[in-house]
Amino acid sequence: MKIDPRLRRGLTRLTRNTAFLALGAPLHLLTGLLLVVIATLIWDIIGGGDSSTPVILGFTVALTALCVPALTAAQRWRFRQLLGIDVPRQGRQPARQLGYHSLAGALFGTLEALVLLAALAPAWIYAFDRPYVTVAGVLALAAFPPSAAALVRLESQVVPSLLGHNREEALARRVEDLTLSRAGAVDAAAAERRRIERDLHDGAQQRLVSLALNLGLARTTLDLPPEAREVIDTAHREAKEAIEELNNLVRGLHPSVLDELGLDAALSGLAARTAAHLRVDLPRRPPPPVEAVAYFVVSEALTNVAKHSNSTRTDVTVTLLGDMLRLVISDDGLGGADPARGTGLTGLAQRVRSVDGTFRMSSPVGGPTTMSVELPCAQ
Amino acid sequence: MRAVIAEDSVLLRVGLVKVVEMAGFEVVAEAGNAAELLAAVEEHTPDLALIDVRMPPGFTDEGVRAALSIRDTHPSTAVLLLSQYVEERYATTLLATNTRGVGYLLKHRVADVEEFIEALRRVANGGTALDPQVISQLLVRRPSDPLDRLTPREREVLTLMAEGRSNAGIATQLVVSESAVAKHINSILAKLDLPKADADHRRVLAVLHFLGVGA
Repeated sequence: MKIDPRLRRGLTRLTRNTAFLALGAPLHLLTGLLLVVIATLIWDIIGGGDSSTPVILGFTVALTALCVPALTAAQRWRFRQLLGIDVPRQGRQPARQLGYHSLAGALFGTLEALVLLAALAPAWIYAFDRPYVTVAGVLALAAFPPSAAALVRLESQVVPSLLGHNREEALARRVEDLTLSRAGAVDAAAAERRRIERDLHDGAQQRLVSLALNLGLARTTLDLPPEAREVIDTAHREAKEAIEELNNLVRGLHPSVLDELGLDAALSGLAARTAAHLRVDLPRRPPPPVEAVAYFVVSEALTNVAKHSNSTRTDVTVTLLGDMLRLVISDDGLGGADPARGTGLTGLAQRVRSVDGTFRMSSPVGGPTTMSVELPCAQ
Repeated sequence: MRAVIAEDSVLLRVGLVKVVEMAGFEVVAEAGNAAELLAAVEEHTPDLALIDVRMPPGFTDEGVRAALSIRDTHPSTAVLLLSQYVEERYATTLLATNTRGVGYLLKHRVADVEEFIEALRRVANGGTALDPQVISQLLVRRPSDPLDRLTPREREVLTLMAEGRSNAGIATQLVVSESAVAKHINSILAKLDLPKADADHRRVLAVLHFLGVGA
């Protein structure tokens, strides 16, 4: 016999919901029960009960205190096993847990007990054997599956936030997650830049050098008519220019010397392009992500200087003081650089922020321009 | 004279072999990585090794390390390194003990065939050939004070001297007479308090030392 898949799914869910509620009712009601016992015992003592009552009271209070974390663990297990919901583990907050188990617990426990009572309708129909009980029983039985489902849905929405993190904890956790994922993104971007650099080096750059070399060989060795020579000369010159342009672009990405020898060594190549005066004082190597950002900052800043500033002197100073890497790039050019305009400076500021650095710029119209960047590099 | 070539790009290696043969060398071995290069140098003891800096397996500075080991074990073999980018730090390492028979040039300098052939011969004969970009990288790290005393023309001459060129080479490059070059050089040496030296390589040594390189 084949069971209709929809029916089978419905039955599975009903079984699961029933088990969920059947487990929930005792777990939820236990704390309430213990509190009632405690209240009764206190009442007894006030009313002048016998000498063993305080001992029993002490025992019950201890039991309750032990039960609270155990019940929390049991509830987390129940949600994970039956509903596949992970209730986040909260910090040590016994008052909040006790509050949940005594207040929300009593409410959910009662609701669970009532719904389960509907499932037991056949039993009470049989026991009482009255027409109105039978009608009520049949109705209750019919209402059981939807009301069980509704209660399960209610609990699955309310309980994780009551029993899990509060807002502060959730935010702290989120900050932790974001810090981790941002570091991952920064690393991934650096790896990607390295890959592109490597691909261009092995591919386009080698081909262009080979092309320029062959053109060079042609103009040196071939006996050509003047027009042909002119064409080859132009092609040769353009191939060399293309190589230099591509080199300058690729050099800004992530040169292999940055990984091998560090920031200090890698900066020479950048500074030489604009004949900047370079002063580097690094007692130790900053962490690789910081080196990459620092390199990018100097590269972009010098590109800007070369493009826009019309300066006669550029100074690049890189110092590591304590746990702070400080970069200052200044030029005596035209000034008037505005970080709010132009994507270059915005991208630069973003990359500085990606490692929690600070970016400051002073560039009055007429110059001079000073950019200072601080990058924390705690080990 | 005999040469060994180490370059992992086959395309480029073919071109390099042509140029090196044009320069009058006999190419006795071609290598695709540092290990093959060292084996070839061991076997042939060539007059010149032309080496790409970035080679398998790591694609970082294998060529530099191989060149250092060749200078150590085969002092008679001149080494000329080629690289997509030149790094002042690698140059400093290469020149640390000895500036004789060393070259470090940007790869695309090979496209200027005649000049490159000149550099090949210079290095094979114990001279020096440093890329102008290496010199400008060395210059950015010098405190500017003594250099500011030089005229722009003298700075040009200083750079060409540091590259390892002879008076004649500098004269051709700047399109001036050799005596004019000699005058500039005397003025530079005086301004920078450098000893006068007639032999080309001694002069290169002095200038590089001033730039913070070499013993």
